Amino acid sequence: MDSANQMKLEGYQKKRKFWSPKRREALVGWLFLMPEIVGMLLLNVFALGFSLYLSFSSWDLLSGVSGIKFNGLTNYIKMFQDPSVIAALKNNLLYTVLTVPIPIAIAMVLAVIIHSKVYLKDYFKVTFFIPYISSIIAVAAVWSALFHPSLGPINQFLIDIGISNPPKWLVDPKMSLVSVAIISSWAALGYTIIIYLAGLTNISEELYEAAEIDGATGLQKFWKITMPLLRPTTFFLFITMMIGSFKVFDIIAFLTEGGPNNSSTVLVFKIYEEGFTNYNMGYASAISWLLFAIIGLVTALTWKVNKED
Amino acid sequence: MHFAKQNLGKMITTIIMGFLSIVFLVPLIWMISAAFKFEKDVMRFPIQWIPDPVNVVYNFKTVWMGRVPFYDFYFNSIKIALITTVITLIISAMAAYSFTKLQFKGRNLVFLALISFMIIPDQATLIPRFLLIRWFGLYDTHAAIIMMSMFSIYFTFLLRQFMAGVSDDFIEAARIDGAGHVRIFASIMLPLCKPVLATVAIIKFIWTWNDYQNPLIFLLSKKLYTIPLGMTLFRDDYTNNYAIMMMAALSAIIPLVIIFIILQKQVINGIALGGVKG
Repeated sequence: MDSANQMKLEGYQKKRKFWSPKRREALVGWLFLMPEIVGMLLLNVFALGFSLYLSFSSWDLLSGVSGIKFNGLTNYIKMFQDPSVIAALKNNLLYTVLTVPIPIAIAMVLAVIIHSKVYLKDYFKVTFFIPYISSIIAVAAVWSALFHPSLGPINQFLIDIGISNPPKWLVDPKMSLVSVAIISSWAALGYTIIIYLAGLTNISEELYEAAEIDGATGLQKFWKITMPLLRPTTFFLFITMMIGSFKVFDIIAFLTEGGPNNSSTVLVFKIYEEGFTNYNMGYASAISWLLFAIIGLVTALTWKVNKED
Repeated sequence: MHFAKQNLGKMITTIIMGFLSIVFLVPLIWMISAAFKFEKDVMRFPIQWIPDPVNVVYNFKTVWMGRVPFYDFYFNSIKIALITTVITLIISAMAAYSFTKLQFKGRNLVFLALISFMIIPDQATLIPRFLLIRWFGLYDTHAAIIMMSMFSIYFTFLLRQFMAGVSDDFIEAARIDGAGHVRIFASIMLPLCKPVLATVAIIKFIWTWNDYQNPLIFLLSKKLYTIPLGMTLFRDDYTNNYAIMMMAALSAIIPLVIIFIILQKQVINGIALGGVKG
């Protein structure tokens, strides 16, 4: 055997030792994770860090990376004095109040009825779910016609039953956000019902039978068995819908563009407006961080409240 | 006696709920009816639910073959939703396989990090995402939208839970037969995961199909528009032409409703999956 081959063999054996089964498995493990990790590092870690950096700068995008100028807390100070951002914050809060507790309560009642009090369960599931899978934009287009202030069927109906001065809905500064909340609650109701139905199937029938033997009424069973046992589901819905309500954007961008008079503007719409219409990348990033902080806070608070109870 | 009374009660509740469910769907019924009408009849009151005379051919032609190319939007939406769904499934399934069936240092740490990223809202990273896409030269391409939606921690999490329930014996046996992890993943794990993959795929398809925010930010050319973004052109070009708008809305909604009615069990289970495990 010549020495070159000998060395090759040794090298091979060394390599084999280095690539022990354990190491190989680790390598394969990391390779399988690679696409997800790269994506997450780029779109979450880098993006979040970069937007933090931008939030302390002024930048109009067009001047290139060299145009990024550090300006300290200017954006944050400006933000809390900007009437449209304050309006957006208030609107976000009102929107949460309108689109979280009320739909959750309605959905819970409907889910209990669909679960055990009707025939044709599947028909009801499908019917209430159809708006949820429909494009929210197409749905918004339909409602914008229904809500038309003078010609729309809703106001014609209201006038017909004797309400002479019905609200102007989407173009009424007092009602625009409420109108948007009605549309999105209607569209999301099916989701809430489906989650509750899944929660209800986990409640054992025996509990109800035992309560019946004790002579409990339907209402008592609802308060004493159904409600408490649905608590984890309610908590889940509460937290997801609350976070979702702070992220509302599509329907507002399509229907009202925050108007009239900032009456329906929200944080994400402000980010969009400042970033992509006015090219204030730094200012838009500061608002992004405000949104991120609020969602983080909401999540932490709800978890804490849930744990303490 | 008692039994009969209970059945009667159930019957009455069913009828009341049936009525409620129709009221609930009135906006969509109105949309269908308006899509078949002449413009002058759309806003007539009292509402004429059964359109007479019918103008559906004209409305359909205007939406599908008119100056706003709805045809293109359809093609673009199908293309983007299909490609995104396939890529998301592959990326998430690979990660889930690694998290459940491969042992290595740092695995759980990476998983915890990923889960904690779930709290970062896409909207908070919109500006840097936009910049990244421009730097990659992908602005105004479908690739930009696919790239923005192909990573899903949520699906990785769901698939991980499912794969954790797949017995390790299958994998051990295949290892002894000399199969590598790529082969085990592709020819054993993926087929075993078919039911959950199908569920996840349908939901991802629906989400991508309905996505408005990404196309709005990353697309400029009308030829590249997806259906939801295309709706904005109808909003702007046919401002007071509700018959045309409703035909466009109907065209946007109908394919998903059909898919949903055919695959209702899977869609509903898929949605419920996230809730129960929450």
